[in-house]
Amino acid sequence: MAGTETALAGATVEPPRDERTLATDPPASVRRPRPWTWLLTALAKHAVLIGLSVVFLIPLAWMVTGAFKTAADLNATPTVWWPDQITFDNFTQAAQLFPLARYFLNTAVICLLSVVGAVASSAMVGYGLARIEWRGRTVLFVIILATTMIPFYVTMLPVFEIYRTLGLTNTWVPLVLPQFLGVPIYIFLLRQFLMSLPKELSESARIDGANEWQIFVRVILPLVKPALVAVGLFQFLASWNDFLGPLIYLSDSRLYTISLGLNFFKGEYSSEFGPLMAVSTLTVVPVVVLFFFAQRTFIEGITLTGVKG
Amino acid sequence: MSSVEKTAPSSPPAAARPRPRPGRSRLQRSNQRWGLLFCSPAILGILLLTVYPVARSFQQSLTTSTMMTDGRFVGLQNYRDLLTDGAFWQALGNTVFILGWSLPLSIAFALVLALLLNMRVRGRSVYRVLFFLPSIVPLVASAVVWSYVFNPQHGVLNSLLGTVGITGPSWLSDPDWAKPALVVVAVWGVGSLMVILLAGVQDVPAQLYEQARIDGADAFSRFRNVTLPFMSPHLLFALVTGVIAGFQYFTEVFVLTDGTGGPAGSTMVAGLYLYQNIFYFFKTGYASAMAWVLFLVAAAVALVLFRTVGRRVYYGGS
Repeated sequence: MAGTETALAGATVEPPRDERTLATDPPASVRRPRPWTWLLTALAKHAVLIGLSVVFLIPLAWMVTGAFKTAADLNATPTVWWPDQITFDNFTQAAQLFPLARYFLNTAVICLLSVVGAVASSAMVGYGLARIEWRGRTVLFVIILATTMIPFYVTMLPVFEIYRTLGLTNTWVPLVLPQFLGVPIYIFLLRQFLMSLPKELSESARIDGANEWQIFVRVILPLVKPALVAVGLFQFLASWNDFLGPLIYLSDSRLYTISLGLNFFKGEYSSEFGPLMAVSTLTVVPVVVLFFFAQRTFIEGITLTGVKG
Repeated sequence: MSSVEKTAPSSPPAAARPRPRPGRSRLQRSNQRWGLLFCSPAILGILLLTVYPVARSFQQSLTTSTMMTDGRFVGLQNYRDLLTDGAFWQALGNTVFILGWSLPLSIAFALVLALLLNMRVRGRSVYRVLFFLPSIVPLVASAVVWSYVFNPQHGVLNSLLGTVGITGPSWLSDPDWAKPALVVVAVWGVGSLMVILLAGVQDVPAQLYEQARIDGADAFSRFRNVTLPFMSPHLLFALVTGVIAGFQYFTEVFVLTDGTGGPAGSTMVAGLYLYQNIFYFFKTGYASAMAWVLFLVAAAVALVLFRTVGRRVYYGGS
């Protein structure tokens, strides 16, 4: 599609830098406004930023407090903002109403397999595109990028039919197998990283008698560990968040992921806000924890690929 | 190394073999094999998950096939039926409504946030985290939380509106307010776009701002004549990917309306109508035709944006 090239031009294609400097800020010596103007603008900036962030955080705060409110507080007519009494009943009630632990375990297994598949296959393909000179590699790269322009709703049904013919619906295979076949955005990301490494690294290893596979595993992969971690992180999030895949393929409730389980839970107990918020909170926590540990990886990865996190 | 040495001696003399191009060295042939080997997962993936499905989808769109039967060839009948299917046009209209509001709002909002965060403020990284956080919340969890926020009796939104004397609508159960509610949910996830635009703002050369300042340009004209041109490739990128994503809008509305697209079809978007045709009504041939029409509409909109907005994009920057 026409979109590909320009879209990629828009997403800055370069290896990640360290914390960017504030390019637009002139050195302090150039601009020296009077103290009170400076104070006023600083106050105005913070007022706007704090106001907006409060608005942004209201739903999340509402979720977390809701998870710890008593049934009486949840249903009180003048809305209770801050619970007088904190309770864990919502969590125990949720665990009784649906198999919380099993859903989390299922999701974790799917995530783990998907991460392994996505990292291994995308690194391999990225290496093949970036560091081996063979005829057709440019064409293949363009085709890989072009596949990302095809919307899910065109391929969803035939892919479903393939798995159904193979008897693989109602298993986790359709949720995991595609990651073992190379994920286009990660291939793109890793290719950029791999191309930035000097050619001499491979040359000297080749002189020492190493073949491509040995160069890939022993020389190159250790050098791109941060990029591999980024890919793993993004795939974990994608699998953790996935809804359409489990919705289409899983009918046995023992195989459900947490997102799918939460959806049906909402359908059945739409007014049980306490347990619903408890489960939502539990679903969000791993993602937020991951984010705080790997903030820079997240932000650099999004900047590089333009992918939505 | 091993595969090269194994195959080379056993292969027939060079002259007797058909060669793709004269003068291809041993290294080149070895590279060709390794390259194909390393890329084989992707090649298999493209064939299995894209090439075959795309062909099959088009073929199916010309038949009366259902989930159980292959159906018979009816030419373009499904496409003709789509033209007179009121529900499809309503779904398309709803999709365009939600996209038409949420995308410009998101882009404007993300740009404002990026510009604010690019200024010298204390605690910049804290603000960045706060605005980014909603965009990583899993979609189902976010939909469940919003269904509670929008709840007319117990939700926080109408409670807040009540404190300033406004009686809020019943949002997701009111046909007039359900779509605006979905727009709010979409704009809430603006954080990742903000991060992309922030990177763009930081790439604007600092000396241009200095030059503009020396020439006496005020803040607005610096924005208009320096920031905006340098940001335009990023904005076009946001616009086009946003349109493509907007036509694939599904999960939020599915969870928020329990797969119904209600109330009164007011949130029935194209993705959901297509899903229903496959998995509720089993009209797979019809749904395939719908998928192609949707794809063409999305591609046409993206193309028009390229031809119009894209012409004004400044590529002198990055």
